[in-house]
Amino acid sequence: MTTVLPERGSGGESGPGGGDARALDDADRLAVFDAAIAADERIEPRDWMPDKYRSGLIRQIAQHAHSEIIGMQPEANWITRAPSLRRKAILMAKVQDEAGHGLYLYSAAETLGADREDLLDKLHTGRQKYSSIFNYPTLTWADVGAIGWLVDGAAITNQVPLCRCSYGPYARAMVRVCKEESFHQRQGYELLLALSRGTPAQHAMAQDAVDRWWWPSLMMFGPPDAESSHSAQSMAWKIKRHSNDELRQRFVDICVPQAEALGLTLPDPDLRWNEERGLHDFGTIDWSEFQEVLKGNGPCNEQRVTQRRTAHENGAWVREAAAAYAAKQAARAAAYAPEAGVAHTPQAHTQQARVTTGAESTGPEQHTEGGPAA
Amino acid sequence: MSAHEQPPGGGTAPGPQRRAALALGDDALVLAQRLGEWAGHAPVLEEDVALSNIALDLLGQARTLLSLAGDEDELAYLREEREFRNVQLVEQPNGDFARTIARQLYFSVHQELLYGQLAGGRGELAELAAKAVKETAYHRDHAEQWTLRLGDGTAESRRRMQSALDGLWRYTGELFQPVEGVPADWEALASGWRNVVGAVIEQAALTVPEGPQSSAWSAGAGRQGVHTESFGRMLAEMQHLHRSHPGASW
Repeated sequence: MTTVLPERGSGGESGPGGGDARALDDADRLAVFDAAIAADERIEPRDWMPDKYRSGLIRQIAQHAHSEIIGMQPEANWITRAPSLRRKAILMAKVQDEAGHGLYLYSAAETLGADREDLLDKLHTGRQKYSSIFNYPTLTWADVGAIGWLVDGAAITNQVPLCRCSYGPYARAMVRVCKEESFHQRQGYELLLALSRGTPAQHAMAQDAVDRWWWPSLMMFGPPDAESSHSAQSMAWKIKRHSNDELRQRFVDICVPQAEALGLTLPDPDLRWNEERGLHDFGTIDWSEFQEVLKGNGPCNEQRVTQRRTAHENGAWVREAAAAYAAKQAARAAAYAPEAGVAHTPQAHTQQARVTTGAESTGPEQHTEGGPAA
Repeated sequence: MSAHEQPPGGGTAPGPQRRAALALGDDALVLAQRLGEWAGHAPVLEEDVALSNIALDLLGQARTLLSLAGDEDELAYLREEREFRNVQLVEQPNGDFARTIARQLYFSVHQELLYGQLAGGRGELAELAAKAVKETAYHRDHAEQWTLRLGDGTAESRRRMQSALDGLWRYTGELFQPVEGVPADWEALASGWRNVVGAVIEQAALTVPEGPQSSAWSAGAGRQGVHTESFGRMLAEMQHLHRSHPGASW
């Protein structure tokens, strides 16, 4: 967003001016905001924005972040059992990427004034949702491939347009996320291909997984356009660029030839090419199942949230220890060099414990290959 | 010669080199498997990332090393418990976060020092060591920082960290048992390890555990294929799918 008023504040908060002047101010600001949206400019954290734009984005980005971290569970379920070391490495890297995506997205939500701890608390107490798809169980190894191909495929179809979303930090996070997701999707497809071309038992395992994941993947695009409550406003604000049904149709059209190439069928007797529309017709989604999963009655809802909450609760003493240690270090630094303000960092503090291994120059900051995401 | 001298996975490498690759490869593989159990369960998201990052590094090392000894998947999935050559330390259950960190501290200091030595040599082990030592320096730093935070954090974290260090101490003696085919100065390794680990523990305001570094009978037992009880269960989980589809490729 390039055109800004001289005074840029966070939306909705009363400044010291207050009163009528402020009301006028907001009208001007709204005009600038609307013009920026119309001109396809990016809104940035310090720009004024309508309260509902802010709160809607916080909700959407947070739920997106929650989906990444809940989404670690169905796949992590197979890390210890992956049938080859190569597949185990790929799966570990993928689950690690998902934690990284969660971190980017919580950071994006925090640029809007949200607090990660608070958002996690909303997830743990069921006040915010995550993608319905992760409430389905991974029952066989082939499910890992089906998730890569179909679930990541649906996510990419949804998320590529978000790379052009009007809110800058979200759009930029999505660019990074989509690159990695595309990689995962290809790996999932390749996993299924290996199974499909493998032994009869492996082929059957792959088909069974696709049969179970196909319809839930179509549900990832959300309710039909007529029933989608947030869609109109999201599209007006250019957070969303395409309707649920448009994206779902695009996904079906992409998947049909891929399924053929895999040598697997999609579990929909009504699925066929429609010459007139130039698109595939497909069967009716069981929206009652979708509603049940959203209400918390899917196969794994309780298990997923409980595992998240348990990990958080079991880790409380670790987080408390880290905070207490940081406070002690800060106090020591202050006592050590009160005037010079020289921080006595833990890194400096531990140099004495290092040993001569020829590796001194390779601290964690050099460990970039697959290193921890910031 | 027992039947265990001809495990699955072929056997192209000569005896000592193969034994070296299996010992170090199994260490890395088994610890990667344990760390993989943490995915989605860590105290903070950053630790989910860090622990799986370390697991991935170790798995990469394991794949290189096992490939020196034969076929990586046959070796990982088709050997029985008695044929694995890892030290008992790495197979110890994760326990709480402190237990995992103590295991990481003990093992990563060992690995960094050992690979530091081997990196100066020649041959395939030296090549692997030169790459791996960069990773293990990061692993050691991670374990060291957490030992300090937990040891010098709250009373609760201090109690847990001390208990973890004490509980795993008996498995550390095995780290310095010479392995045939690994051209290391084992005495220097042992004294270097005690210096580094001792300094970290003291800096964390904790006490260096006392007593022997292994129970009398089990010193070196992992290297001979004698493991602890939880190891068989870990392998059952790791190998089940692969073994259920003999001859399949994945």
